[in-house]
Amino acid sequence: MSDDIKISKTFDLKGLACPMPVVKVSKGIKDVEVGDVIEAISTDPGSLTDIPAWARTTGNEVIKTEQDDKVIRFYIKRNA
Amino acid sequence: MEHIETQLADLKAQLDALQKKSPENKLSMICFSGDLDKALASFIIATGAVAMGMDVVMFFTFWGTPVLRDANKSVGGKDTMGKMFGTMLPKGTGGVKLSKMNMGGMGTAMMKSLMKQKNVATLDQMIGMAEELGVRIFICEMSMDLMGFKREEMIQYEGLEYCGVAKFLEEAMDSKIQLFI
Repeated sequence: MSDDIKISKTFDLKGLACPMPVVKVSKGIKDVEVGDVIEAISTDPGSLTDIPAWARTTGNEVIKTEQDDKVIRFYIKRNA
Repeated sequence: MEHIETQLADLKAQLDALQKKSPENKLSMICFSGDLDKALASFIIATGAVAMGMDVVMFFTFWGTPVLRDANKSVGGKDTMGKMFGTMLPKGTGGVKLSKMNMGGMGTAMMKSLMKQKNVATLDQMIGMAEELGVRIFICEMSMDLMGFKREEMIQYEGLEYCGVAKFLEEAMDSKIQLFI
């Protein structure tokens, strides 16, 4: 958990395989306002490259990534 | 002054023409294969592309066509060849096999159980997801006719349409990405 970031919504994507993490994040981010931050928790190692690639393409921003063993936490700011 | 105005109008016209030529943020895909692995890859790319903000349109043709048959629907009134194709080709997603290591169905069954174990979405789930995300699907009319398939035996899919090569080319022409799988 990152306490310096205000999270509007958390998405538990643990166990999901490609392409679901990206699909769920792209759908889920529309639930929050532009400027808000969501937390996405994934166990798919591929999402380490996929989520940033998705963010760059869609104009959103991964502001922080934390990795604890197999669990990856992305903090993504909705910019678009 | 008048000179500048005509130049400006000229530039505007050129810009409009260029805009019409520039590809849209769209992916056009031909799904030619009736193999489980390739069909799965097609839907993973399609759903991923929607997530990336793209419009996606899939064209099912030839061996890809029977992937979209509905296993629970049967239609009568087919001629001998149509019946033959109907029996020999997969009846929907449940009947499609791996392109390699099928080993009389054992390989496909093993892959399916492995996919379940690894939480990889099934082909059915992927089609459902594609529909939910608004992926457009077209089926080649000629393949339908050739293999004797009837529209009533195809899956229920929002906005499913039938078309020929010109429709694919129209979509592909202004797509950033075109794939043949």
